[in-house]
Amino acid sequence: MHIEIDEISKSFGTTAALHPVSLSLPSGALVALLGPSGSGKTTLLRILGGLEFPTSGRVMFDGQDATGLSVQDRRAGFVFQSYALFRHMTVFDNIAYGLNARPRASRPTKAEIARRVTKLLELIQLPDIGARYPSQLSGGQRQRVALARALAIEPRMLLLDEPFGALDAKVRKELRQGLRDIHDTTGLTTVFVTHDQEEAMELADLVVVMSMGRIEQIGKPQDIRARPATPFVREFISA
Amino acid sequence: MSDITVTKGAPARFRATTEESPLARWAMIAAAVLGLGILVFAPLIAVFVEALAQGVAASLASLATRDAQEAIKLTLTIAAISVPLNAIFGVAAAWFITKFDFRGKAFLITLIDLPFSVSPVVAGLCIVLMFGTNSFVGGWLVANGYPIVFAMPGIILATMFVTFPFVARELIPVMIEQGRAEEEAALTLGASGWRTFWTVTIPNIRWALLYGVLLCNARAMGEFGAVAVVSGKIRGQTATMPTTIEMLYQEYLSVAAFSLAAVLALLALVTLLLKTALEIRHADQLAATHRH
Repeated sequence: MHIEIDEISKSFGTTAALHPVSLSLPSGALVALLGPSGSGKTTLLRILGGLEFPTSGRVMFDGQDATGLSVQDRRAGFVFQSYALFRHMTVFDNIAYGLNARPRASRPTKAEIARRVTKLLELIQLPDIGARYPSQLSGGQRQRVALARALAIEPRMLLLDEPFGALDAKVRKELRQGLRDIHDTTGLTTVFVTHDQEEAMELADLVVVMSMGRIEQIGKPQDIRARPATPFVREFISA
Repeated sequence: MSDITVTKGAPARFRATTEESPLARWAMIAAAVLGLGILVFAPLIAVFVEALAQGVAASLASLATRDAQEAIKLTLTIAAISVPLNAIFGVAAAWFITKFDFRGKAFLITLIDLPFSVSPVVAGLCIVLMFGTNSFVGGWLVANGYPIVFAMPGIILATMFVTFPFVARELIPVMIEQGRAEEEAALTLGASGWRTFWTVTIPNIRWALLYGVLLCNARAMGEFGAVAVVSGKIRGQTATMPTTIEMLYQEYLSVAAFSLAAVLALLALVTLLLKTALEIRHADQLAATHRH
C-alpha cells in the first residue's frame, strides 16, 4: 500500500513533537525512520498506526484520506517496542487475538484460526511454542511472536517501533534478516523506527533521517551515505 | 600485601554479602515473632477463649438470639452490596487515572485517598448532615418514604465511603507498571475498547483486583465509626455486627459480645483462606503474569 504523509504536525500541549512533515512511501517499500530520541520518529509511526492523531495535515493510504480512520479500521500490523505481548495468554492465543476480535460475520472458524496460527508460527520459524506464555520466551522469540501476531490480521502495512532495541547484538543481526525475509515474502509496505544508523542503512530500501521533529533527509542508504544533506545527517551517520 | 598470612587447617567459612550474622538473624526473627504474637495471634486467641468461656452451648445460644442473627444478616448484606459497587468504581477510577492523560489527575488521586485521611466518625456525620431529616435532600427523601439516615441506605453509603480507596489503591500501581502498550496492541489488532477492557485489562489486573476486593470486604464488614453514627444502632434493625458487639460489651454480656466477635474474625479468616486457595490453584498463571 502506498502511504502519503501530507504536512503532518503534532504537538503535545505547547511542545511540538512534529513540525509539518511530508513523506511519500512507495508500495512495498521497507522504510526506516532514523533519528535520535526526541526526533519525532515514534510519533510519526504512531500517527500512521492510528494510535495518535495529527494536530494538522493528512495521511493518505493508496490515495484515500485515512487521517480520521480509527486504529481498528487502519489494519496496521504494529510491533511495539517491548512487544506488548498479552502476558496472560499463550503464544497461540496471542497470535489468534486479532482473528478472534473480528465481528462474528467475518471471523474465521476455530479450525481456520488454528490453521493460520500454525502457519504463522512456521513463518517465524518457531513451530513448537504455541502453548507457552510470553514470560517463558527469550527476547528474540518474543519479537518474532509479536511480528506473527501483527501479521495475523492480514495487515495493509507493517509498523515496527524499535523492533531490535531490546535484543543483544547477535540476535539482532539474525532478526534483521528475518524481518527482511518476512517483508520480501509478504510484500507489505513496512516502516520501522530505529536510532541505530547501521541497522537502518543495512536493512531499509529507503531511509528517513529525522531530528527535532523535522525530516533532515530522505533517500536510499547509499545516497545518504554518499551525499548527506545536512551537517546533522553527516554527523549522525558517521557515529 | 606481604602481611597477609595464609593460615593452614580448617578452611574459612565465607558468608554471602547479604547474609547477617547468626545473632542478628535470630534477634530479627525473634522480634518479628514476638511482634506478630502480641499484635495478631494473642488478641485473636483471646477473642475465641472469651467467647467459649462458658462453654460452646452458651456461645451458640447467644448467637441464636434474634438480635445477633439480624446483625449478622445486615453485615453480610451491607458487604454484598457495597463491595461489588466499590469494585466497579475502583476499577473505573483506576482505569481512568492510569490509561488517560488529563488535567487534575494528581488531585483526583488525592481525592480517592480522602476516606483514609478523614476519620470515619466525621464521614458518618457528613452523611447525617447531608441526608438527615433536617437537611433539604434528607427531608424530601424521608417525606417520600426513602429514609437514608438510621436506615440501610445510610449504612451502605457510610461503608462505601470508608472502603472506597481499597480497590483503586490496589489497582493504580499495578496498572501504571503495566502501562498502556498491551491495550494499544489489542486496539491495533482490531479489538474494540470494550473487548480490550475485558480480554486484556481485566485479566492483567485480576489478582490486584482480588486483593483489593478482599481488603475492601474485610473493612466493609468491620467498619464501626461511620456506621455507628449513621445507623442509630437500632437493635434488630440497623445494628451491624461491630456495633452490636460494642453494645453487648457495654452491657457486660461478654460471652455474647465475644461470640459475635469470633464470628466476625472467622469471616475474615475465611476470606484469607479463600485468597490463599486461589493463589495455590493458579500458581502457574501468577508466575506467568508476574515474571514478564
